[in-house]
Amino acid sequence: MNTFARPRRRGGGLWRVIVALLILLLIVWMAAMLFPGGGGDASAKGAEITPDLVKQGEYVARLGDCAACHTAPGGNPYAGGLPIESPVGIIYSTNITPDPDTGIGKYSYGQFERAVRRGIDAEGRTLYPAMPYPSYAKVNDQDIQALYAYFMQGVQPVKQDNHAEGIAWPLSMRWPLTYWRWLFAPKVRPMQAADTADATMARGQYLVEGLGHCGACHTPRALTLQEKALGTAGGSKYLSGSTNDNWVTPSLRGELASGLGSVPEAELVTLLKSGRTDRSAVFGGMSDVVEHSTQYMSDADLAAVAHFLKSLPAARDEQAVVYNEATRTALYGGNVSAPGAQLYVDNCATCHRTDGRGYGQVFPALAGNPVLNGENAGSAIRLVLHGATMPPGRDAPTQFSMPAFRERLTDQQIADIVTFVRASWGNRGGAVSAHQVSELRGKPPVGQPTMTTYDPRVRGSDAPGATAEEQAGTSVTDK
Amino acid sequence: MIRMKPVDVVIVGFGWTGAIMGMELADTGLKILALERGAYRDTSPDFTYPHNADELAYGIRGELFQPLARETVTIRHNLNETAVPYRQYGSFLLGNNVGGAGIHWNGQHYRPSPEDLEFQSHISKRYGAKFMPADMQIQDYGVTYDELEPFLEQFEYLCGTSGTAGNINGEIKEGGNPFEGPRKKEYPNPAVKNNYGAQLFADAARSKGYKPFPQPSSNASRPYTNPHGVRLGPCNLCGYCERFGCFMYSKASPQTTILPVLMRKPNFELRTHSHVTKINLDSSGKRATGVTYIDAQGQQIEQPADLVIVAAFQMHNVRLMLMSGIGAPYDPNTGKGVIGKNYAYQMMSNVNVFFDKDVAINPFIGAGSGGNVIIDEFNSDHFDHGPQGFVGGGYILGGQTGGRPIQQLLVPPGTPAWGEKWKRAAKDSYLHTTGVQTHGSVMSYRDRYLDLDPTYKDAFGLPLLRITFDWHDNEYKMTRFLTDRAQEIADAMKPRQTSQTIRKPGDHYDVRQYQTTHTTGGVIQGASPETSALNRFQQNWDVHNVFVTGASAFPQNIGYNPTGLIGGLTYMSVKAIRETYLKNPGPLVQA
Repeated sequence: MNTFARPRRRGGGLWRVIVALLILLLIVWMAAMLFPGGGGDASAKGAEITPDLVKQGEYVARLGDCAACHTAPGGNPYAGGLPIESPVGIIYSTNITPDPDTGIGKYSYGQFERAVRRGIDAEGRTLYPAMPYPSYAKVNDQDIQALYAYFMQGVQPVKQDNHAEGIAWPLSMRWPLTYWRWLFAPKVRPMQAADTADATMARGQYLVEGLGHCGACHTPRALTLQEKALGTAGGSKYLSGSTNDNWVTPSLRGELASGLGSVPEAELVTLLKSGRTDRSAVFGGMSDVVEHSTQYMSDADLAAVAHFLKSLPAARDEQAVVYNEATRTALYGGNVSAPGAQLYVDNCATCHRTDGRGYGQVFPALAGNPVLNGENAGSAIRLVLHGATMPPGRDAPTQFSMPAFRERLTDQQIADIVTFVRASWGNRGGAVSAHQVSELRGKPPVGQPTMTTYDPRVRGSDAPGATAEEQAGTSVTDK
Repeated sequence: MIRMKPVDVVIVGFGWTGAIMGMELADTGLKILALERGAYRDTSPDFTYPHNADELAYGIRGELFQPLARETVTIRHNLNETAVPYRQYGSFLLGNNVGGAGIHWNGQHYRPSPEDLEFQSHISKRYGAKFMPADMQIQDYGVTYDELEPFLEQFEYLCGTSGTAGNINGEIKEGGNPFEGPRKKEYPNPAVKNNYGAQLFADAARSKGYKPFPQPSSNASRPYTNPHGVRLGPCNLCGYCERFGCFMYSKASPQTTILPVLMRKPNFELRTHSHVTKINLDSSGKRATGVTYIDAQGQQIEQPADLVIVAAFQMHNVRLMLMSGIGAPYDPNTGKGVIGKNYAYQMMSNVNVFFDKDVAINPFIGAGSGGNVIIDEFNSDHFDHGPQGFVGGGYILGGQTGGRPIQQLLVPPGTPAWGEKWKRAAKDSYLHTTGVQTHGSVMSYRDRYLDLDPTYKDAFGLPLLRITFDWHDNEYKMTRFLTDRAQEIADAMKPRQTSQTIRKPGDHYDVRQYQTTHTTGGVIQGASPETSALNRFQQNWDVHNVFVTGASAFPQNIGYNPTGLIGGLTYMSVKAIRETYLKNPGPLVQA
């Protein structure tokens, strides 16, 4: 996930903070160079690498969703190169294949451990916190060893130089990050299942707070970019919702309208496994999470994650959304007097229906949908503007798409539609203004939000001018 | 010439049968390559609402069809004429792009009647061989209904076909087609609810003693997950089906039933903009070595393969076989040869039904197939043909597939073709008009065939396919009989007025008129290499590693829409390839 992208809308204030920090930190630059700290032992040896350990590591890599950032769309697995927007510029993910020259093939176990759990690379430089090492600090030794085994022997080495960072001096200097790490990265303290009596709960907490690094997107961040809480111990800010890449990342706590309070555990399991349920579907950054990570989780791990998330009490008091027949009755009877109602019938109702209930695992329901009952309507606005495509999930290969309406509807029309759906069938999200739509219209998504992941046009090989060699990719030989 | 890395299986054309072949062979682990002359297409972003509902772009200008300016066919009525090119879409619609005609079909998903597959034997046995005109050369498929039944079912369950069974294991079911062959189980989805025009037709048909039933429809009546795990959406009867892509994911197509799984298989590859011009043979002429195609930049590419599946549109299959020199070309003078033999078509008639303003039809509520009602009393050999003096028949359909402004706006007879009076009539009729249609078979004849045109060439300089076709007396009689029955039902609907379109003796085949797009034959399957190009598994008799799928295998045309039968024959063929041929490559039937 584009962990680090979220706070760019606060750019002005942040700049001043960062510049001030820089001046301060210049004074103590020497300190940082001399005492990088972070712990761990770069020369430590890992466990003996066996095929079983490699296989286990592949699963751990899925749980940690390493591919989401370290595999660029259409690129080789784990060869890096994915651009990640941050407040200071574009960061490119790195090549973590075992290629000795351009990847991490020369990393010892200890160096690998320090990078993953402590945010320090082989040269001793601090990693950008786009790498969620504050979460990975909770990952146990066994999983780190398995992960190392997988990245050394289970991943195909790819020779691909890392992309130069798109960050201008002086912010391109790495050493100030050391201070960030000192201040905000937690001590490495692997969570132990034995810590609680409920093994399922403990496993869920380990996955959510550790490998799953759910908080990277779903926990609000401070001005200095650290997550306000890294786990339940940090209080009710943990997983209480945030924004990321111009999407709203909803609360994963027990709020009855805008959180998971009204979502049963079993439905949560289905959502993480298939990317869709009878009522809803994932979108935005969560599509990548389902596609690359959660659909591969074992049923037991999915159940543990859902069980733990459902244990988190609401951060805000909310009343549950109760279905209200009024909208359905009015639309069914041809009454479109409500603002936005006619637009809804003309543009949306064929799939989402006049009763707002959609079609199970095809077109999501709008009635009672937490996305429409939160304070921030950004996700709903962006979905209408730019459309979206469901990720492929386990046992759910069909990727249903919602079209983009940006060329068909004005800002005011989209505001009317979103206001209408946020106020219908019992929904209680607030009104939306044309100005809000206008702001998001200028922030189009990257990639092709209305294409399936297997559409060859995504990688350009269906272009009418493409040669047979280009279409066949690397498989062409013997001319 | 560029030579590509060899593959195990090359599939020519990536529509319905190409996708089925690819999917069913993918689990073998073989390296499979599909070559499609057109572009990649998918529900999103290509068929999204409201862009898909553009009748001028899709209905008239044929955006989803093969561009005729690059390649078309030529047509003549008899052996003595010079054929001329088909320059504008009318009579039939050539599919193009990934999904092929499987994108822009209506979803009318039928099984053949059991006797259709053994038609020559059946007619000879019941009425005597002399009952057929001397130049009629209908044949059996070499496959019986009972053998084909599991594969017909397999295709229906792939598509999520919606309907009401009329015969389950021999037990006749109320509400279904009592004339159909026995099926093992119900349709995967219940029938789409009748549109109002269809309901009026059903009531009238019942009053005449017929057994109306819902048209079997691959417009899903509800969300449906098929055996590959691919989920379809529900049809919303938008009225933009035939000629259009479906934005609801509800019309079965390769995109909505197979591609989400097949496209992710690591051993499957699709290359678009790849136009196959020849199947290559080894020096013995008995074995194909692969194909030659032209890529988007005009480069000639050689693609070696161990197995060649020819899965393009019916006419293209025939042309490719002729251009590759596989099988003897058919000679209408001697009746010898097999490639190009037995080209056939279908014959329709229409009765338009105009009501007063108290009957609200609302024709814009329509699906390509779902919601319409059929009677099947006069199809195949469901009735005694003896007194009628013709072979074949068809179904009669009531209802409408939509109320599109350009092609589906009906005005009463006597209305001027333009101007104020036309406008007023159009406005008065639009909401109050429906239709009754007959959809009839066409038999095969000695002088109706396909070959390479001696004059006209395509954009690559290769000869166009030439069609020699016109109606025969048998079909004029068939359509008269069917249309009279249709008119009787239309009259029983108690309309204000009706109008009739029928092809009468003396009317020539007119390519400017739409009359079903179902062209068949040319690479027919059968029991003997003397009379057919393929054996019962759609394997070429002469070159055993060439299989040819699709309606080109029909020895004559049935009274039903062909897609259900095409799918069934393809599944039967690929099962034989998978379970028998791959283990021991060679002829699956000894000649």
